Amino acid sequence: MSKREPKALRGPTPRHKEGDEVVYIDTDSAPRLIFSGEDILAEDLPIGTRVVYAKPPIEGLNNRGAAVRYAINHPIDMDPLYAMLAPGMRVTIALDDISLPLPPMRTPDIRQTILEILLELLDANGVDDVHLVIANCLHRFMTEPEMKRMVGKKIFDAFYPDRYYNHDAEEPDNLVHLGKTSHGEPININRRCVESDLVIYVNITLVPMDGGHKSVAVGLCDYESVRVHHDPETIAASDSMMDPPHSMLNTQIVRQGEIVDQHMKVFHIETALNNRMFASATDFLGRNEDEFSEFDRMKYEALRFGLSKLPAAAKRKIFGAIPSEYDVVACYAGKTQPVHDRIVAKLNEQYMVSVKGQSDIAILPIPYVMPYSINSIMNPILVQVMGLGYFHHFYRGKPIVRKGGALILCHPCYDEFDHKFHPSYIEFFNRLLPETRDALTLQRKYEEEFARNPSYIEMYRRGNAYHGAHPFFMWYWGEQGRRHVGKIIAAGAQNAHVPARMGWERAESLTEAIAMARGFVGPSASITLMKWPPIVMADVE
Amino acid sequence: MAAAAFYDLDGTLCRTNLVHAYAYNARNQQGILRSITRTLSTVASIPAFLVADFFDRRLFNQIFFRRYKGESEDRLRYLAQELFDKVIKDSIYPGAYQLIEKSRQLGLRQVLVTGAVDFTALPLVRHLGLDDMVTNHLEFVDGKATGRLLPPVMASATKASWIRVYAEKEGLNLSECYSYSDSMSDLPMLSVVGHPTATNPDFRLRNTALQHDWPILDLR
Repeated sequence: MSKREPKALRGPTPRHKEGDEVVYIDTDSAPRLIFSGEDILAEDLPIGTRVVYAKPPIEGLNNRGAAVRYAINHPIDMDPLYAMLAPGMRVTIALDDISLPLPPMRTPDIRQTILEILLELLDANGVDDVHLVIANCLHRFMTEPEMKRMVGKKIFDAFYPDRYYNHDAEEPDNLVHLGKTSHGEPININRRCVESDLVIYVNITLVPMDGGHKSVAVGLCDYESVRVHHDPETIAASDSMMDPPHSMLNTQIVRQGEIVDQHMKVFHIETALNNRMFASATDFLGRNEDEFSEFDRMKYEALRFGLSKLPAAAKRKIFGAIPSEYDVVACYAGKTQPVHDRIVAKLNEQYMVSVKGQSDIAILPIPYVMPYSINSIMNPILVQVMGLGYFHHFYRGKPIVRKGGALILCHPCYDEFDHKFHPSYIEFFNRLLPETRDALTLQRKYEEEFARNPSYIEMYRRGNAYHGAHPFFMWYWGEQGRRHVGKIIAAGAQNAHVPARMGWERAESLTEAIAMARGFVGPSASITLMKWPPIVMADVE
Repeated sequence: MAAAAFYDLDGTLCRTNLVHAYAYNARNQQGILRSITRTLSTVASIPAFLVADFFDRRLFNQIFFRRYKGESEDRLRYLAQELFDKVIKDSIYPGAYQLIEKSRQLGLRQVLVTGAVDFTALPLVRHLGLDDMVTNHLEFVDGKATGRLLPPVMASATKASWIRVYAEKEGLNLSECYSYSDSMSDLPMLSVVGHPTATNPDFRLRNTALQHDWPILDLR
């Protein structure tokens, strides 16, 4: 048993600050602005609460077109792109889907910039057989307007729909079996890509778990290939998903990626963005509230007043209409893994904030958007994956909350689903969760049924629905978080049944949630608020 | 336990409906004058059909099938294959083939449950490779249609009753069965299985599906 330290040395004292990103609440600290779905709350936190802020955005590249050109002319471990091109060859350009970046960036999207350069180069080298494939895997197909926005009108008009389309993971003729890894994991990939002389993957890597081998080996595969690592045990063994060397998910995907590399020539172009999520008018939302100017406070009051008068759907529309102002901070091209390693290093430079020690209680604000709710609704399963899947995994070393600690999720937890995008989520939530929340039981009893459900398959293929298996994967995503924490409290939940069905407790307000959490872990419990968005990850010592 | 997928036909798997089938028959009467008369009369009746269908599918059936009165059974059966080849085959939604294929891969028995008459539905069932069907049957006396349907008349709740009896007879687990329809009149057929899907739904069925959180599928 460790010796108890004198009180003066135990933990931070008031008015304490560790760099610009880690701040402790003091007696005269301003209320903290906390996202709770489409609302922004101003909350007075207990004295001593640690608040972790995102780093300021890294300065973007002045000329991103030049950065892209330099990258493809000076690739890593591969010949320059122009040297690989020959007239008459077949080329497929694969693109990340709408889940990246988040929220969608202002136009022109970086994918458009890269495509314009690539298509010009391909055309100049006599390469006419070019297809653009969205690597959506089991995500919903992007809609026509979304596809147009992503690549710009000129490219859209030239390629859509015959040569610019979504990857269909449920069309057997569209897939080629490349083999199995040494661990028996199958890998089936989009036929057009496999049969191309060259695949160019255009990546936006928002967080370290994106990009790399995940782009082709997951983005362009099918259910059989993805189910082997999108499972509860793999996620539970990933410590964390955002730390590739310690992510079991990453390990398995790399194994599949190595099979891909044996059969396909992939030229990877990967970009990293800074964390300038907010437009300049609202960038105060990511800053330390103690340093707000009068104008910032006025803007917040105006925003809060406006939001208070609107229904949730209208607020979603407004937030959805504001694109992020991300800048490109790095672009590398060439062989998949070394390119990805450099991009991850850049992302860590932007996101990682050193934090000393874990907390007994962590407060995680859940904002209005996540990768699978763009132009849609953040349903309860997505709230779960945002809190326990993504945000809980935003760490390196150790989770921000200690083992057995309490997690407070700030979100209204409304019982709303998008029938067009998330039909299988509805059945998952209403039929399966009342029976069991155990991920292994859900996987064993029901995953296959949902994945093979002909209605869900056709809604995925012909409409814009996420695949029938997707809500399962999202539930598994939260598995490590569920096993790690002792209690989860939904602060500000507008109903009792959603938290109950998720296995959480409900609190009317954040203050009540903190009191409940303290009742569970002890009255002198340490508290950390992870102040996102924008994205911040904790490098926990 | 085994399970099945039950499909409505008109508007669900294909664009055509009962009126299209009859119109084809009317257009191909023996004699031009007779063809013109029957066709015009059918067109003139469309508003009445729509009104009847809106209120009660049984009323619609009574009014509609009366038009077959006096038709020769041989001729109707002969024209049915031609009707399928020239009209119905091209009206099958592309998504219907894929839906049936995925459903078959799941090991589900494929069953058509339709208010169309048997001779109209049979070529389509063969074409799609469905395992079973239940249809309406016209009454014939001395080889001529009387304009009445033989009971039980397949519409609304009768479809659901038939599915229940069929499932019991064939040892199917209804909770694991699927059903697909485009029309509010088929609400009972959708409600009786564990996996209902509103398929190319009309306005009323779409709203009902949204209320019940049923999947809404568009095969068009």
